[in-house]
Amino acid sequence: MRVALFLTCVNDTLYPDTGRATVKLLTRLGVEVDFPEAQTCCGQAHYNTGYRHQAEPLARHFSDVFGGYEAIVTPSGSCAAMVRELYPRLGERARAEGRGGGLAAAVAPVVPRTYELTEFLVDVLGVTDVGAYYPHTVTYHPTCHGLRSLRLGDRPARLLGAVKGLDLVELPGAEECCGFGGTFAVKNAAVSAAMGADKVRNAESTGADVLCAADNSCLMHIGGTMSRLKAGPRPVHLAEILASTEEEPLT
Amino acid sequence: MSGTFVGMPAFPEAARAAVGDATLRANLRHATHTIRDKRARAVAELDDWARLREAGKRIKDHTLRHLDRYLLRLEEAVTAAGGTVHWAADAAEANRIVTRLVQETGESEVVKVKSMATQEIGLNEALEAAGVRAYETDLAELIVQLGHDRPSHILVPAIHRNRGEIRDIFRAEMGRWGRPAPEGLTDTPAELAEAARLHLREKFLRARVGISGANFMVAETGTLVVVESEGNGRMCLTLPETLISVVGVEKVVPTWRDLEVFLQTLPRSSTAERMNPYTSTWTGTTDSDGPRAFHLVLLDNGRTDTLADEVGRQALRCIRCSACLNVCPVYERAGGHAYGSVYPGPIGAILSPQLRGTASAVDASLPYASSLCGACYEVCPVAIDIPEVLVHLRERVVEGGEVTRRGVRVRLRPAKGHAAERAAMRAARWVFGHPGALRAGQRLASRTRAVHPRTLPGPGRAWSATRDLPPVPAEPFRDWWRRTHGEGSGA
Repeated sequence: MRVALFLTCVNDTLYPDTGRATVKLLTRLGVEVDFPEAQTCCGQAHYNTGYRHQAEPLARHFSDVFGGYEAIVTPSGSCAAMVRELYPRLGERARAEGRGGGLAAAVAPVVPRTYELTEFLVDVLGVTDVGAYYPHTVTYHPTCHGLRSLRLGDRPARLLGAVKGLDLVELPGAEECCGFGGTFAVKNAAVSAAMGADKVRNAESTGADVLCAADNSCLMHIGGTMSRLKAGPRPVHLAEILASTEEEPLT
Repeated sequence: MSGTFVGMPAFPEAARAAVGDATLRANLRHATHTIRDKRARAVAELDDWARLREAGKRIKDHTLRHLDRYLLRLEEAVTAAGGTVHWAADAAEANRIVTRLVQETGESEVVKVKSMATQEIGLNEALEAAGVRAYETDLAELIVQLGHDRPSHILVPAIHRNRGEIRDIFRAEMGRWGRPAPEGLTDTPAELAEAARLHLREKFLRARVGISGANFMVAETGTLVVVESEGNGRMCLTLPETLISVVGVEKVVPTWRDLEVFLQTLPRSSTAERMNPYTSTWTGTTDSDGPRAFHLVLLDNGRTDTLADEVGRQALRCIRCSACLNVCPVYERAGGHAYGSVYPGPIGAILSPQLRGTASAVDASLPYASSLCGACYEVCPVAIDIPEVLVHLRERVVEGGEVTRRGVRVRLRPAKGHAAERAAMRAARWVFGHPGALRAGQRLASRTRAVHPRTLPGPGRAWSATRDLPPVPAEPFRDWWRRTHGEGSGA
């Protein structure tokens, strides 16, 4: 099977390790991975901040870049949710505003073929044991878009549960937002920071070595708070844990 | 906090103050977590919750689509039952009507059932200006009123107060409003409740005019409905000679059968009860029982303008259960006062800027008072997609657009103060439309990473005040890909 990796602009720029881990993991599972180099950003920040018209050309660009692929895999719950949940809305709104159905038609092929990484592994490849080895105590933060938009459910926990050597411990208040929220983190910095500090406190209380999530934007906020507070476990993206093996452990 | 909502600072500033108040944060955290856990259990008991939610949504949407028809039917039925219907286009008109009705009775004091609509229009203040004293009889509203305070929650207006604070308020203030607090009052719930009971009983027995809102109005029979926990509302509804009910036009439901859905979803969503302890219904007037005169003031105050907005109108489905407040991580930290409105929390963030417009600084800031985590949409018993409306209103703030004001379509200009953000968004959009430019930017960031500052200038300062930035990697992913997979691969 050949898939396109949609890495996302945040991962590409700041978290290339997550990209390398995703490639390594998928390749190990027999998937042929392409990285269409014309890819940029899904437009979520524009859309969520109120610049919907600025998000439209980005949705179109995404569709142009990825339209030819059977499956598009991304290690980001919120970017997957942007494509799956909000691209159809962008298309419908453009139509409703008398700008024709061009955008709706352009996004139609990519919407159902875009998968968040854990969905792709569990639903498409049908695996929960990816052959990983990661001898650490891990607590998992289910990010808001993964939880409530994509409804990832227990897929991440099942994948983590099958990792050799991994001890999964429950995160108190797991379903509460970490406080990132894109531009919210800057526009309402005080509330955002208070939410982040509570998330760090909860993560710390588990005694885990590692805080895992499937979205680096949330980990950037939580990890940045941990770094400043000098508290809490190490933030690690789920893809890196799943990519880690006994032969090639995550360093 | 006391005084008026007018002149409130914008949300981020008000929220910053609340976040710094440790007592407030502890009170809110305790209260919201207790009630949200109980709600989750009460909802989980029903195996048809999803269908009830869908039914409630459909009934409300249907009613809103034919609002004119159901309101006329309601008016007809209320009139036939001996009541009088008054139509109020805005807060000022509603206050004038109610003040005149009270003055016509010759009374100078009224008892009140807890009501969001009368809070929304500032009725107590309007009555006070006309020499009429309005006594709140709901326990939490009483605490707010005695404390010269503002409500901070739809259902639990004094949620920001703890028992010790309430005891102090009762001791200091009750005597100035009527029967004083008993000697040696402590902060045990039973003693506080008994003090309120004695204080209020005096008011119930003396009052000749009652003022209420309503949770629902049934069009087919002209019946109004109040659901409550304490029974104080029922005293206000039945003891006075004149009853005046001020109700938002969106509260109408077509039939009693429709009511059945909401009498299940409202108590479970709000107080986590299977059924609320008191459900009072009243239809016009009845010989030799209850009020001799009944007036219904139907309040618009921005509601039909909101109805004209295809995305935003779903806010009018709200049944004021406050489940969205209790589950909202932003409300939990910021508290209700920061929202600058009687409607705080996620629903307030979408309702207030629609009812009042986005012209003021506080109203323009409300659509951003959310991390869009989606918890509010998930708990809403009438499935209001609050995140969707928030984003819709954000667009209205930054890009302007068409809205309806007093029935007239007007074009809003983009709000001031977003020029830098708009420029940044446009620039980012341009870069993301040109992969080569993105690559160049990433490479530049990687090459200069040794000299990146730890704190950011401009709006980024808000980030770096409490959080460290991730280090920029030596090589962006796309360069690694090209290095390991070859030029032009996968293009």
